[in-house]
Amino acid sequence: MKPTQPDSHGHFGDYGGMFVPETLMEPLNELTRVYKEVRKDPEFKKELQYYLREYVGRPTPLYYAERMTKKLGTAKIYLKREDLCHTGAHKINNSMGQILLAKRMGKKRIIAETGAGQHGVATATVCAMFGLECVVYMGAVDMERQALNVFRMESLGATVVPVTVGQQTLKEAVNEAMRDWVTNIRSTHYILGSALGAHPYPMMVRDFQSVIGIEARKQILKAEGRLPTALIACVGGGSNSIGLFHPFIKDDGVRMIGVEAGGFGVEGGMHAARFAEDKIGILQGTKTYVLQDNDGQIALTHSISAGLDYAAVGPEHSLLRDLGRAEYSYVTDVEAVDGFDKLSQWEGILPALESSHAIAWMLKNADTFTKDDLIIINVSGRGDKDVMQLAEWKSKN
Amino acid sequence: MKKTRVDRKFLELSKQGKKGFIGYLSAGDPNLEDTVDQVLRLEDAGVDVMELALPFSDPLADGRVNQEAATRALEAGATFDGCMNCISKIRERSELPIIYYAYMNTLLARGFDQSIEAAAQAGIDGFLLLDLPLEEAKPYRKALTQNALNAIQLVTPTTPDERIQKIVRQANGFIYCVSREGVTGVQAEIATGAGALVARIKEKSNLPVALGFGIGTPEQARDAAQLADAVVVGSAIVNAFHNNPHTSEGRANAAAFVKRMVDAVKEI
Repeated sequence: MKPTQPDSHGHFGDYGGMFVPETLMEPLNELTRVYKEVRKDPEFKKELQYYLREYVGRPTPLYYAERMTKKLGTAKIYLKREDLCHTGAHKINNSMGQILLAKRMGKKRIIAETGAGQHGVATATVCAMFGLECVVYMGAVDMERQALNVFRMESLGATVVPVTVGQQTLKEAVNEAMRDWVTNIRSTHYILGSALGAHPYPMMVRDFQSVIGIEARKQILKAEGRLPTALIACVGGGSNSIGLFHPFIKDDGVRMIGVEAGGFGVEGGMHAARFAEDKIGILQGTKTYVLQDNDGQIALTHSISAGLDYAAVGPEHSLLRDLGRAEYSYVTDVEAVDGFDKLSQWEGILPALESSHAIAWMLKNADTFTKDDLIIINVSGRGDKDVMQLAEWKSKN
Repeated sequence: MKKTRVDRKFLELSKQGKKGFIGYLSAGDPNLEDTVDQVLRLEDAGVDVMELALPFSDPLADGRVNQEAATRALEAGATFDGCMNCISKIRERSELPIIYYAYMNTLLARGFDQSIEAAAQAGIDGFLLLDLPLEEAKPYRKALTQNALNAIQLVTPTTPDERIQKIVRQANGFIYCVSREGVTGVQAEIATGAGALVARIKEKSNLPVALGFGIGTPEQARDAAQLADAVVVGSAIVNAFHNNPHTSEGRANAAAFVKRMVDAVKEI
């Protein structure tokens, strides 16, 4: 299949688009114009590559998980080590790209939303590095469960603004960041952290994250001389997964498996598995699968992982799902914690709770593969940020 | 298209040489029965057009006051059907022009066309769709015209001239001119540049222009009305009803507060 691309207003088939208040239209159009220019600009590419190499530490390894492979006894498993990026997650790939863009646009102030705090930390980091003011919106509930990342952001000189409305998680943080942007549009660039929101963000964030899949494709070909059977990645907004998937879309034989947060299980409604419920809507600028009630009110979500705890999914995933090019599944909180434990003990790698969902899917479905199969799992981030929360969770479960 | 109550109201105002006053409330705050009474009292206070917000869980164009009003409305059980019923009840007693201020998701949930038709049948005159800019509007325009409803368009300080041109071509009823960047909410003073923005719109359209965002006192209402054909007052009215007791006396107090702003506008 040809790689999916949006039309000029960001529509991925029936999904995506620019469903935003009028005040945001011109800034979004300007961002689209500037991004289209720099996308073709070899100087920009060179600059981004320089910082990704020298500062972020790319390319990240594609590591053969020998013990995990042996323990499961079926497919040969490789791990894409995004946890080894500076700041500990893939998020900085996007923050770095967008801050270079913001510099080109002459913006002096950067805002961001954050759920698990990894995007906030990545953005605070690049702001510190380039000397720009940084304000991060974060749900008060997330601030509590990701206190370590709040401390990191503040140490980096960012202002973390608690969001105390609604469910006080990622969705509310995005609302507040958008309100800030509407108010300070001339001075400020909004570094949105996932392949979400209005055009050009889903396309732009995907492009900046595609470095994951571009590297992984080269690395697996070098190591094994063939393409993988399947790619596995967790899906919150969906930036690490689309970053891994996109460079493989044209490789028809490669399965792409996105793993959503099943929370307490999808039956009780306490989850964030958007594809498990068949409802399409418009949230925060984009048309996509959205968890909602029959009146279009956005549903409360639940996941042990703050980074997956969101009611909508990036629009390109919705298209890939409808086209049948990617498959989506979910694992529960309990299964994700098992994924965390197993990878820690088998490979000496503490994955983020988000990434633990991808690991857990593999544990659950290992029997469906054979020894001829070759798997790449994206370890999108490291789990240090989650240890306090996990310790507490384990004392109760 | 057949003239709506909004169109007829602006014709009447123009004949009288009067400025218009547009009031905003969140439907269902504190409950839908009170909304009916609030609207009727505002009509008595001289409000020319009502904007009723269909409550949404994630109103990203709104400031704190209107967000909290929507949350209260949802907690009090304001459903889509309930909000439509509220319009029908108002229509039993009033011909006040009313438009729905809505986010797309609340209309898409049961099918956009069905939602629009239900609203038209209940007696609504138009829609202001906050998160439906020009670029996305095409698939949704037909339902509004077929039901003879106004599609109110927003113009903001960040809207360039060529875009204003395109927006006014799609507009009817009136043009809602947002006087400043940012979300809804009362401000200390009316943004400078609002007059110039209204003038830029007027160059391109004969439609009435209403100026809104940030108006909360009779003085501000008068100042804004001098720059445009009408003013929109939102969070100040929401606050007035919220902060007064939820009794007929409390609602009378709130309406009296609004009347002072209406009077200031009508003096011009």
